[in-house]
Amino acid sequence: MAVVFERPKSLLDVPTHYCPGCTHGIVHRLVAEVMDEMGIEGDTVGVCPVGCSVMAYDYFGCDMIEAPHGRAPAVATGVKRTNPDKFVFTYQGDGDLAAIGTAETVHVATRGENIVVIFINNTIYGMTGGQMAPTTLPGQVTQTTPFGRDPQLAGYPVRVCEMLSTLTGTAYAHRVAVDSVPHIRDAKKAIRKAFETQKAKKGFSIVEVLSTCPTNWGLTPTEAIKRLQDEMIPYYPLGVYKDTTEEGNE
Amino acid sequence: MERNLMKGNEALAEAAIRAGCKCFFGYPITPQTELAAYMAKRMNKAGGVFLQAESEIAAINMVLGAASTGVRAMTSSSSPGISLKSEGISYIAGSDLPAVIINVQRGGPGLGGIQPSQADYWQATKALGHGDFHLMVYAPASVQEMVDMVVKAFDKADEYRVPAMILADGLLGQMMEPVSFPEISANPTDKSSWAADGHKGKREHHIINSLYLKPDELEKSVQDRFTRYEAIKENETDAELYLTEDCDILLCAFGATARVVKSAVNEARAMGIKAGLFRPKTLWPFPVKELNEAAKNAKKLLSVEMSMGQMIDDIKLAINCSKPVEFYGRTGGIIPNPAEILAEIKKVGGAE
Amino acid sequence: MTVITERCKGCGLCTAACPKKIVELQKEKRNKKGYFYAVCTDQDACIGCAMCAMMCPDCAITIEK
Repeated sequence: MAVVFERPKSLLDVPTHYCPGCTHGIVHRLVAEVMDEMGIEGDTVGVCPVGCSVMAYDYFGCDMIEAPHGRAPAVATGVKRTNPDKFVFTYQGDGDLAAIGTAETVHVATRGENIVVIFINNTIYGMTGGQMAPTTLPGQVTQTTPFGRDPQLAGYPVRVCEMLSTLTGTAYAHRVAVDSVPHIRDAKKAIRKAFETQKAKKGFSIVEVLSTCPTNWGLTPTEAIKRLQDEMIPYYPLGVYKDTTEEGNE
Repeated sequence: MERNLMKGNEALAEAAIRAGCKCFFGYPITPQTELAAYMAKRMNKAGGVFLQAESEIAAINMVLGAASTGVRAMTSSSSPGISLKSEGISYIAGSDLPAVIINVQRGGPGLGGIQPSQADYWQATKALGHGDFHLMVYAPASVQEMVDMVVKAFDKADEYRVPAMILADGLLGQMMEPVSFPEISANPTDKSSWAADGHKGKREHHIINSLYLKPDELEKSVQDRFTRYEAIKENETDAELYLTEDCDILLCAFGATARVVKSAVNEARAMGIKAGLFRPKTLWPFPVKELNEAAKNAKKLLSVEMSMGQMIDDIKLAINCSKPVEFYGRTGGIIPNPAEILAEIKKVGGAE
Repeated sequence: MTVITERCKGCGLCTAACPKKIVELQKEKRNKKGYFYAVCTDQDACIGCAMCAMMCPDCAITIEK
């Protein structure tokens, strides 16, 4: 008997605090698989956000730093600039990255900081109990948009990959989803490519991962996957938004 | 030793580089901008990193990131910018990271002014951010002291794993004086037991973190830190005592104000008034023993500050309100002159 | 296909992913956390495609072939 599938070594063998069906766990695994495949766990420093993945430092096997809310890109900049030979990634949710940390996000990209940002877009603030996020869809009911997000009152959702792909410093921007096995495979390839882009010193990479939040969406895990497919992907189209690597120039 | 004429802000920067500071993250603000400009010229040549951040908030978090990997990191700003850094400083303290923060104070509140001030005393010593924590606060009174204190701040921050601040002001930052740079002993603190710089497969992963969801764990982490604070209070206070042995009236002042007060004390002595000066060089920890020694024969104390009166609180606490403590201060960017202070000395009872 | 039952949170994403429809959330036994955990109803029919494991957010499935 040969093992076909098992936990990657860079993902520590501990239970996570995530709710049943939350896709954070899938994305954690993909990042860890990439670290394993590239053999870089010992040369990687990860930066956690504030939000549901605040305790990701207990799950990844590499060295980890917990940043203030929204500041992970600045913390990662401090790490990378003083340790240019290390791999540095941040793992951030939509509130962290696209609301309170917007300035840090835009500037880490425009500086072409040679890091990887893994961006979890689940259209809601999970940790605080389901409030409107910058990515909350029009009409979506949350704790702070109880009648559905009204763009006249609460503005429009931010499309992060589209925005960051306009910046010269961004080397690679790719939106993926973890709603199905084929999409998970694509997501893994994108994360691998982002780390390879860092290895090649090409500059800033972001992989936006459309994810679910069954608990705060008020849906079962399988219903949540369906919502991701039916509502999120049409608003946040999957695909490569920018690729300045050789592959992207082909 | 070679002496150079240098501006305070530039001397702070040069001293930091010589103290082994490997990175500087800053954001422009008057009156500290020369520090960043000097770093921009020198840091890369010295093998370090200079980066102008998009905000003070980003700059302090870049310091957090760099310090997490074990390198000596610094940022500088002036009063309104320090307020923005307060979040990051709380996280740095909560994560037990060493770092050096320079505050070249200007007047406040709000945008205030750009002239010298000492109105951030409370902020620096009592509440530079949320939560139970302190940072070491050094108060230089000359360009040479700015140099010496930066070197010391880096050493002590490393030794105790706490952030340290140089609380200067626009007067010290802008003025030029001759300085010499001490030989720095190349004896970097070993940070391998905690630094998050990649484990190379040779150790457990390191986590730099200030989150403790279990109350007993958070309490323990804070209590452990306060045990270190006790050691700092015991070992690291510093003050200058000038003509205090026989003084009737003890003036208390720090930083640039202390220079003016010293002139007033000399003039008072020339008039036969027994005045003395207590100048704390560390504001946290406050030199309680040193003040009590200086005040042992004094009948009255007079705190002179470039604020509406902030250090006076610590003076009263330090002597347990055992003697009257008067106050004289100017604020808004006005530097008190020796004549004003001398008049105050006479007024509060030094002239009977 | 082996489910590490104590890691399973009973979310059911694996059951939907299985092309052979042989993974199900049984309704009799709970793990220590109180979740009805997933089981493989027919190991012989398992083709080892690992799609269930790919969908599992908790790394609770190991596949051997």
